[in-house]
Amino acid sequence: MNDASLIESVEARFPEAVSTAHRFRGDATLVLRRESLLDVARFLEQDPAFSMDLLVDITAVDYSAFGKGPARAFFRSSGVALGPAAQIPDEDPWPGPPDARRFAVVYHFYSMVHRHRLRLVVPVGEVEGATEEVDSLVELWPGANWLEREVWDMFGIRFRGHPDLRRILMYDGFEGHPLRKDYPVNKRQPLIGPVN
Amino acid sequence: MPLDTSFLTSRLDAAIGWARKYSIFQYPFVTACCGMEYMATACSHYDVDRFGAGFPRFSPRQADVLFVVGTISHKMAPVLKRIHEQMADPKWVVAFGVCTCTGGFYDNYATVMGIDTILPVDVYIPGCPPRPEMVLDGLMKLQDKIQAQRTTGERAAPEARPDILAR
Repeated sequence: MNDASLIESVEARFPEAVSTAHRFRGDATLVLRRESLLDVARFLEQDPAFSMDLLVDITAVDYSAFGKGPARAFFRSSGVALGPAAQIPDEDPWPGPPDARRFAVVYHFYSMVHRHRLRLVVPVGEVEGATEEVDSLVELWPGANWLEREVWDMFGIRFRGHPDLRRILMYDGFEGHPLRKDYPVNKRQPLIGPVN
Repeated sequence: MPLDTSFLTSRLDAAIGWARKYSIFQYPFVTACCGMEYMATACSHYDVDRFGAGFPRFSPRQADVLFVVGTISHKMAPVLKRIHEQMADPKWVVAFGVCTCTGGFYDNYATVMGIDTILPVDVYIPGCPPRPEMVLDGLMKLQDKIQAQRTTGERAAPEARPDILAR
């Protein structure tokens, strides 16, 4: 399936689950409601027309500082050229953050059988200071185990049903989640030696 | 005067220093991309064996010089410290690459800003990564330092980093 038919098929099967969808330079993206992630993922893995047998990556984005920094001027002054990329004609320009919620968990799937790929974006908000939980995909793709632990470690997003959700990159005793935008960029928590 | 009574004099310090500086058993603690440059230096093209340092030991208990090659994270720091403590005296430490010297371009939650915050360092070899010529230059500086060391263990004070001096 191509990017358009991937989106159409999932939207036809789960009209309630998909909040928005877009295509960007040939890649299909579906923005899902958090509650329906597990159903959609199970369908993608088991349906022979999709057979998403490879979970390529799970990551997350913290949009809390999005659009507030001097990004364009910064990139221009650092010598990264914006010109050529801006000249690429875009039929489907990048739509920006999926919605107003702070985080988005991003899943990349690939089918070795059909050689098509699909991205799922699950917006995750905060309720009274606590980050919402997302369903774990470990039962469908065992490789999700470490990836979800990394997202928990770096962003502090919990996965419901994960068999062993603990830090994977940072050490025990590390406080906070370093890829959150409110983690101070120079804050250090050394195990030995001075706070340098 | 018959020839077979000829003799040679030297100070004990100088003789031991000469022997030590040409029989460096190094422990390469390689964590990152500088390792490629370390391998280039160690192999036949640049041939670190010309300086008597061609024999890497992968046990710290058999090593004289700890080569710290590559970025050290805060999670790794206790391991490096323990490796250094396991080495027998006399021992020396070389900071290989700018990440081990100062943290390099990393300035974040994960990276140790120079291994001299946790270990005494004898020679700093900056560069990202340093060329093999720089490594050999650093090795010769280390040899000078080993030669100058006294049998009592007395040695030259470690080089201070310029940013520490300014504080």
